[in-house]
Amino acid sequence: MLPLLVRSAKFLIGGAFIFVLLIALYGTLTAEAPTNTAEHEFHKEHKELALASDGPLGKFDLAQLQRGYQVYTEVCAACHSISMVSFREMKELGYNDAQVKKLASDFDKNHAKQPTYDPKTGDRGERGNTLADRFPHIPYSANGTPPDLSLIAKSRHGGGAYIYSLLTGYANQAGYKNEKGQELLKEFPSAKTPTGLFFNPYFANLNIAMPPPLTSDGQVTYLDGTRATVPQMAEDVSAFLVWAAEPTAQSRKQTGLAVVLFLLATSLLAFGAYRSVWAGVKH
Amino acid sequence: MSFPWARHYEPKNPLMKWVDERLPLPRFVYNAVGAGYPVPRNLNYWWNFGVLAGAVLAMQIVTGIVLAMHFHSSAAEAFNSVNGGIMRDVNGGWFLRFAHANGASMFLTVIYLHMFRGLYYGSYKAPREMVWLLGVVIFLLTMATAFMGYVLPWGQMSFWGAQVITGFFSAIPVVGEWIRVWLLGGYAPDDATLNRFFSLHYLLPFVIVGAVILHIWALHIPGSSNPTGVEVKGEQDTVPFHPYYTAKDGFGLAVFMVIYTALIFFAPDYLGHPDNYIPANSLSTPAHIVPEWYFWPFYAILRAFTADFILPAKLWGVLAMFGSILILFFLPWLDKSPVRSANFRPMYRIAFWVLVLDVLVLGYCGGAAATPGFIIMSQIAAAYYFAHFLIIVPIISRLETPKPLPNSITEAVLAGKSGSQASETALSA
Repeated sequence: MLPLLVRSAKFLIGGAFIFVLLIALYGTLTAEAPTNTAEHEFHKEHKELALASDGPLGKFDLAQLQRGYQVYTEVCAACHSISMVSFREMKELGYNDAQVKKLASDFDKNHAKQPTYDPKTGDRGERGNTLADRFPHIPYSANGTPPDLSLIAKSRHGGGAYIYSLLTGYANQAGYKNEKGQELLKEFPSAKTPTGLFFNPYFANLNIAMPPPLTSDGQVTYLDGTRATVPQMAEDVSAFLVWAAEPTAQSRKQTGLAVVLFLLATSLLAFGAYRSVWAGVKH
Repeated sequence: MSFPWARHYEPKNPLMKWVDERLPLPRFVYNAVGAGYPVPRNLNYWWNFGVLAGAVLAMQIVTGIVLAMHFHSSAAEAFNSVNGGIMRDVNGGWFLRFAHANGASMFLTVIYLHMFRGLYYGSYKAPREMVWLLGVVIFLLTMATAFMGYVLPWGQMSFWGAQVITGFFSAIPVVGEWIRVWLLGGYAPDDATLNRFFSLHYLLPFVIVGAVILHIWALHIPGSSNPTGVEVKGEQDTVPFHPYYTAKDGFGLAVFMVIYTALIFFAPDYLGHPDNYIPANSLSTPAHIVPEWYFWPFYAILRAFTADFILPAKLWGVLAMFGSILILFFLPWLDKSPVRSANFRPMYRIAFWVLVLDVLVLGYCGGAAATPGFIIMSQIAAAYYFAHFLIIVPIISRLETPKPLPNSITEAVLAGKSGSQASETALSA
């Protein structure tokens, strides 16, 4: 009896798991379909956005990054920090030393300085930003929690395209319809945007605390004379934030091209070596 | 041990002779991966993955040691030290970080291919059971190491992954919650968790190296298997490992490096999850908590158990998830067929390819959101997974009539049916 039990242990264990799975399967099949939510039916995938830095050989468009920084500092920096980016890295946008120093001191005046603490007196104070500093944290006390934007392009599905879609995607909720022609407030009357929030179908739960930041053409006066339409400003700041999320991305791709070509050549040589070593050995 | 015709080490260089007489390390290497190890002459490209796994392990250890020099293992600083310090301030830090993160994926990829090679060609059967058992141990250690490594950057997926995985232990009756708190060093993942995971993440790779040495030692007792599954009969069946397989593995390694570096330099975040670029926040749960892709099949098995039946559903899921790996330890005794290679086992070969498909389906479901459609798919696929190992394979190994085996490797090679050509294997499969 016992040897038989040992020998059939595999069937018993396997049978037990399968039996429980079949019970679970029956439960799933007979369960009521989950009710759809407003997010599920009305959340929109990000729009398409082509940036110069896309693709394995893409390079940053420095003029666009400078415009994007201008949008960031004149609009976004009212609430959002980029506290992982250093002022010295701004030189990679094509600014010279004097220009970056100017950017840092402008940031003092318009946004925030570096906090200091004197351990002898216990005094807390501030000093101006230098090239060696990261961008300072920007204090914010109103409704919502503006996320730090240093990594925003990496931390959202769609990256730059998502940022662009969000910035240009605010809509009037009354009468809003999705692609299927369903009207949001008719299908989900309870999904009405609460006071203090703003309707944006590109945001995960449709209601975002950030008021539309880019509202009118010419909100920023570009130094290079580009016409500052809302889509233009949204695209430029998206490009800037893609850069900010990984300033080394361009040198990464360029190094990669050399590395992969070198290794392809190595593979060819290694294949030749393999063939010559095995020549005459049938296998 | 080795075959009687294995070449013996004869140092030509007087320095090597001097060393060899006092410490026979050169002889040891020569017999392990040099001309002193005779290997079947008909190994195909599927036999490259063992060497590749060893190579990635070495690269992971090197990049990991340098990354550890720049990493701060505190809950307050970890995210910044990776995404601010290593990625932006350390020279070439982005390369180290991307090489290490994608190296984990490449390691698991070659391990999976190596394991499926073993399953197809019956490499787990006598007299190589110990090689297989040690391989499963390496697989388990690698999964633990990869999981703890993913926690270290302390992003949202790191934090919630740690929360979910340690939560498995709370499914154990009575003492479960106590064990979970003990493992975490607190009620939720925090400094204590991060520090112990860092400590273990640095330790386990060296335990893996030890297990790899035993794995190779155990392999050298019977010698390598081969695509026909027929044992070596004489000297004409083998070639010395060096230069024959060093050359073939060298080519395999070069091709592997092309794929690995293409991933590092052109798509370093492709296999990652955007949420891990958000700092850990214990007050904000991500909408979809998913582990890294290499855990998806097991995650799907875990989530497939949705019904309380005698035991709670969560406990069934955890038992099944761990069970799905532990089954592999018993495989040499579940499959009683004396024929190793699936090339000569018509029924087993079909079952093998269905299993491959089944694991791919499980992987796809594990990475997808837990909607009813995917849950149904994972329930069916998980049931098949257990059926394959515990019911189908044991029964097939009794019922099946294998095709006639070649008398020797050399006979198969001369007949052009050695299975050494990758294309031929693919066609016959």
